[in-house]
Amino acid sequence: MTTPADGRLDADVLVLGGGPAGTWAAIAAAEAGAQVVLADKGYCGTSGAAAAGGNNLWYVPPEGSARLESIERREVEGGYLTDRRWMECVLDLTWRQVDRLARWGYPYPTDATGQVRRSSLQGPEYLRLMRRQVKRAGVRILDQSPALDLVRDVDGVVSGARGVHRQRGNEAWTVRAGAVVLATGGCAFLSGALGCNPDTGDGHLMAAELGAELSGMEFSSSYGMAPAFGAQTKGRMYQFARYYHGDGTPLDVPPGFAGRHAVPRAMLSEPVFARLDLAPPQLHESLRWAQPNFFLPYDKAGIDVFRDLFEVRMVLEGTVRGTGGLALSGDGCETTVPGLYAAGDVATRELITGGRSGGGSHNGAWAISSGTIAGATAARFARRLRSSVTAAGRHGLLPGSTPAADVIRAVQDEVLPLERNLFRTGPGLRDSLARLDELWTDAVPSLDVGANPQRAREAVAMVAHARWMYRAAEARTESRAMHRRDDHPDTVPGWAHRLRTGGLDEVWVQAEGTAAGTELAVEELAS
Amino acid sequence: MIEIVSAARCIDCDKCVDVCPTNVFDAVPGKHPVIARQSDCQTCFLCEAYCPVDALFVAPLAGPAEPDSPYRDEAALAAAGHLGDYRTWIGWGHGRTPGSLRDRNPELPELVAAHLPGVSVQ
Repeated sequence: MTTPADGRLDADVLVLGGGPAGTWAAIAAAEAGAQVVLADKGYCGTSGAAAAGGNNLWYVPPEGSARLESIERREVEGGYLTDRRWMECVLDLTWRQVDRLARWGYPYPTDATGQVRRSSLQGPEYLRLMRRQVKRAGVRILDQSPALDLVRDVDGVVSGARGVHRQRGNEAWTVRAGAVVLATGGCAFLSGALGCNPDTGDGHLMAAELGAELSGMEFSSSYGMAPAFGAQTKGRMYQFARYYHGDGTPLDVPPGFAGRHAVPRAMLSEPVFARLDLAPPQLHESLRWAQPNFFLPYDKAGIDVFRDLFEVRMVLEGTVRGTGGLALSGDGCETTVPGLYAAGDVATRELITGGRSGGGSHNGAWAISSGTIAGATAARFARRLRSSVTAAGRHGLLPGSTPAADVIRAVQDEVLPLERNLFRTGPGLRDSLARLDELWTDAVPSLDVGANPQRAREAVAMVAHARWMYRAAEARTESRAMHRRDDHPDTVPGWAHRLRTGGLDEVWVQAEGTAAGTELAVEELAS
Repeated sequence: MIEIVSAARCIDCDKCVDVCPTNVFDAVPGKHPVIARQSDCQTCFLCEAYCPVDALFVAPLAGPAEPDSPYRDEAALAAAGHLGDYRTWIGWGHGRTPGSLRDRNPELPELVAAHLPGVSVQ
């Protein structure tokens, strides 16, 4: 790539975001011959939900009938919104890329029978390795460099992005590129959910300013269980939990995962306590090594989760563990905006997991696969640099007087409470939407950009995100997968289709038919 | 949230400044880095993982600790071996075994099936 005298960077492909999806995209683009710049709001290696946690991958061997059974199970659990071609493609690509991780030196564990097990990745180790591979591929990394908006050419083709170096006094940067891959993650509304605070929906906003469409935004009500004193949403161990009232008497809810709907509802009226009663003592040590950062906060707090009762709470994971995001218009992870590609949690994951994720980390497999696909197709598209480009950002970029913190708090008041976002009703959603619309028309135009331009854009992104979520949730007058409408508790067969949404000043929702298309070209993507 | 940068241990490498995903620290020329924006800390413990000399302590709390909290008692936490806890668990640092080599997560369903017949596990 070249660095012109004025400090701008030119590249073939610009990747925004340095988590799993962004790093796989950068590597795929570089392997396709592109010159690549990767800009991360934080640090490529620690940024995003995966780095802070563990990744239990959707990783199924090709032999026998295991894949077909896994696909069929997910079609039911995801509410019949998946696309089997995409599922097969992602299973295939994930299988191959995980093999490459082994060759790159990821230290996979060996089980008691001597077999190497590759279905789980520990976040810090995984992303440290990905950073190393990104650098080896010749990609230029800009750490601590949040993107603020995209730039486009006269034809509306995305041609780069602008941002700031937040550790250098918010010095401005511009990268001109032939294509841009968004890998900026989902949106958890700064809830504190483990590793999710960099995920504020920035990419969705940037794309929507160019008219991009979204899909599945009603599947945004994912909450993780966490210690009441903290917010570490590591959920897998709670399958061993029984739940209790404050006085230590058992709560009348099913134990383990079966209680995942009843427990949050109980929390609406009283504090709920848990203890991992169901874990037999001979398993305790293995569980620690399976999920060390589940135990870390409790260890630090002096709580023995197998012996002591401890209060728990639900923390919003929004569209990070939810499945809605930018709609894809083709098999190459194209968004509906030319020159703009989406990978990982910023894209809709309905195609492979429908309206519910978790329980086998489809999102982790999606990050690997969609990153690989998006990077490769972006590299093919990025044949020439556009000469005349203009900035596409329209909101939260000019000086004003409303503190971003006030806007963020107001959005959080609408999306964090269980009674608003998990247990949805038509009147409740419309009530929230009235206030969110008012924030958009009154507060967003007067946002104080001042000392922290990144935070102002995050505030805008979160208002927009909440409006797409609730508009789609209001439109889906049924309950399906993670989307629960207390006023429409049943799943309605006629609603087994995806919902598109979009717009900023005017938010719209419309039904989408099952996507049709040609065979996904897996063969040429991973070799 | 991050509570302690141990002046006794810190070697001013500024690694925590570089790697923090939410930009909580500020580098100070010739001095130890400072916790400049504690309220932005997301309690992900990753600075503990990257600190090469175990100089950091991240309390497990979602908000700041009280002034008299044990989470601010550096001497007691250091004596109990709690500085750099996360780095120990993930097995980073000289002479340690990567925690990922000991990862039992992939075996969890089988382990549970063996010990808890009849319980379905995800």
